[in-house]
Amino acid sequence: MSSKVMSVEEVAGSLESGMTIGIGGWGSRRKPMALVRAILRSPVTDLTIVAYGGPDVGLLCAAGKVRRLVTAFVTMDSIPLEPHFRQARQSGAIELTEYDEGMFMFGLYAAAHRLPFLPTPVGLGSDVMRVNPELRTVRSPYEDGQELVAVPALRMDAALVHMNRADARGNAQYLGPDPYMDDLFAKAADRTYVSCERLVDTADFAKEGPVQSLLISRSQVAGVVETPNGAHFTDCLPDFGRDEAFQKLYAQSAADPDRWSAFSERFLSGDEAAYQDAVRVWREEAR
Amino acid sequence: MSEATRAEVCAAACADLFRGDGEIVAAAVAGFVPMLGSRLARATFAPDLLTTDGGPSLSAEPVPLGAPAGTVEGWLPFRDHLWLVLNGRRHVVMGPSQIDAHGNTNISCIGDWKQPSRQLLGVRGGPGNTLLNTTSYWVPKHSTRVFTEKVDMVSGVGWDRGAHEIRAVVTNLAVLDFETPERRMRLRSVHPGVRVEDVVEATGFELAVPDEVPETRRPDAEELRIMRDVLDPKGLREREVPA
Repeated sequence: MSSKVMSVEEVAGSLESGMTIGIGGWGSRRKPMALVRAILRSPVTDLTIVAYGGPDVGLLCAAGKVRRLVTAFVTMDSIPLEPHFRQARQSGAIELTEYDEGMFMFGLYAAAHRLPFLPTPVGLGSDVMRVNPELRTVRSPYEDGQELVAVPALRMDAALVHMNRADARGNAQYLGPDPYMDDLFAKAADRTYVSCERLVDTADFAKEGPVQSLLISRSQVAGVVETPNGAHFTDCLPDFGRDEAFQKLYAQSAADPDRWSAFSERFLSGDEAAYQDAVRVWREEAR
Repeated sequence: MSEATRAEVCAAACADLFRGDGEIVAAAVAGFVPMLGSRLARATFAPDLLTTDGGPSLSAEPVPLGAPAGTVEGWLPFRDHLWLVLNGRRHVVMGPSQIDAHGNTNISCIGDWKQPSRQLLGVRGGPGNTLLNTTSYWVPKHSTRVFTEKVDMVSGVGWDRGAHEIRAVVTNLAVLDFETPERRMRLRSVHPGVRVEDVVEATGFELAVPDEVPETRRPDAEELRIMRDVLDPKGLREREVPA
């Protein structure tokens, strides 16, 4: 069986400008941050990002990588508002497709099942219909005759997700309390890259968690990367929680241009190993 | 037992939101006070309610704010919350950045949606929650900034846009409902120490005000004991509603 193991640079290098990229996780939880950081360093631009957004979206906006964002929210959970996303919206730098969380999930389900759309009443009456004039409604062909929103499939060129464990073939396991929509992203995208905290032998999945923790099948996966602490500073339970102190530093830095250049210089100017080193040094200084 | 604080009056009012709901999920996502209220309701008059640990675990008992779930009776990851929205056995308490007289709410952005002056969260689950689930709101600082004639982006639908049920709005000053013929917002009660004109002044649209406005009930001694000794010993409620 051939290995799908790649480096974060190889994943970023396989993406092209103008692509639609899905990012798993939720808010500031289990985001494939090492892959996002690799995109920041790559020349790729003009992306359409599809995500339940957190600092992944903020960082990509700050780096000018985003043309359009498809989302229901962007938040860092313990810090409700994402400064870079706010700036991008308030300066008109990005286009936005704004859906309800459930509409977004139905868009993923539709794409995962290769359906053109899925119907839901959600969205009706709200300004989601006003700001997305391309949305169409359908009428139930049955007796109820109900009017429903036809949420279009959220097809993606590529999806990036972060898992707790994976094997070299691309099977991937989550060990935290919530799968989020990562399996749907994987099924909805033409190709999916999985980063993981630790690569394990296939036989060792069973030591880590029950069979239903095997969320993503290798048949959906194009490449797998081992990136220890790769979700940092978002959480990756049970391996580690969110780095709240670092997230605070990020948010404070993002709110001020001078502080942001200092933050970028310190943490984002090198490769992933340099990032992890810089975080370690910062943590020791902060102690 | 010392007298109830404003935060405790608010929490008891939030508990009362769930009266008669039965065996449904209380999704009190708007803050400490409604979360405390939902767990207080479950610990007292609404034992059938399902409550979470603030994460994906349904706890077997109402747990203190910030505490781990302890014994878990069920699992509700985000995808199942979104399933439950359509299924319907859910009462959500959200926190609006703007709310109008019909209960339309905005948590998305302030100003023109195309290029807002203040980008907020995005609509989140607001459209689905309000269309399909009983919805209430918690406003920790009642002001004309929040209670507005029009909302800039309708992220949660009100009574005039097909809401399932906008039950009530609990604020740091009062409880408001929609028990008028045209389902416009009405002042149901003022919290102890608050005058009707305080609420009217802090509301940016014409509020229906009955001739007699009762005082919001004060939590009884048992409710105070549960809040202070069991569900919120750290006093997180007091941070959200300064005395």
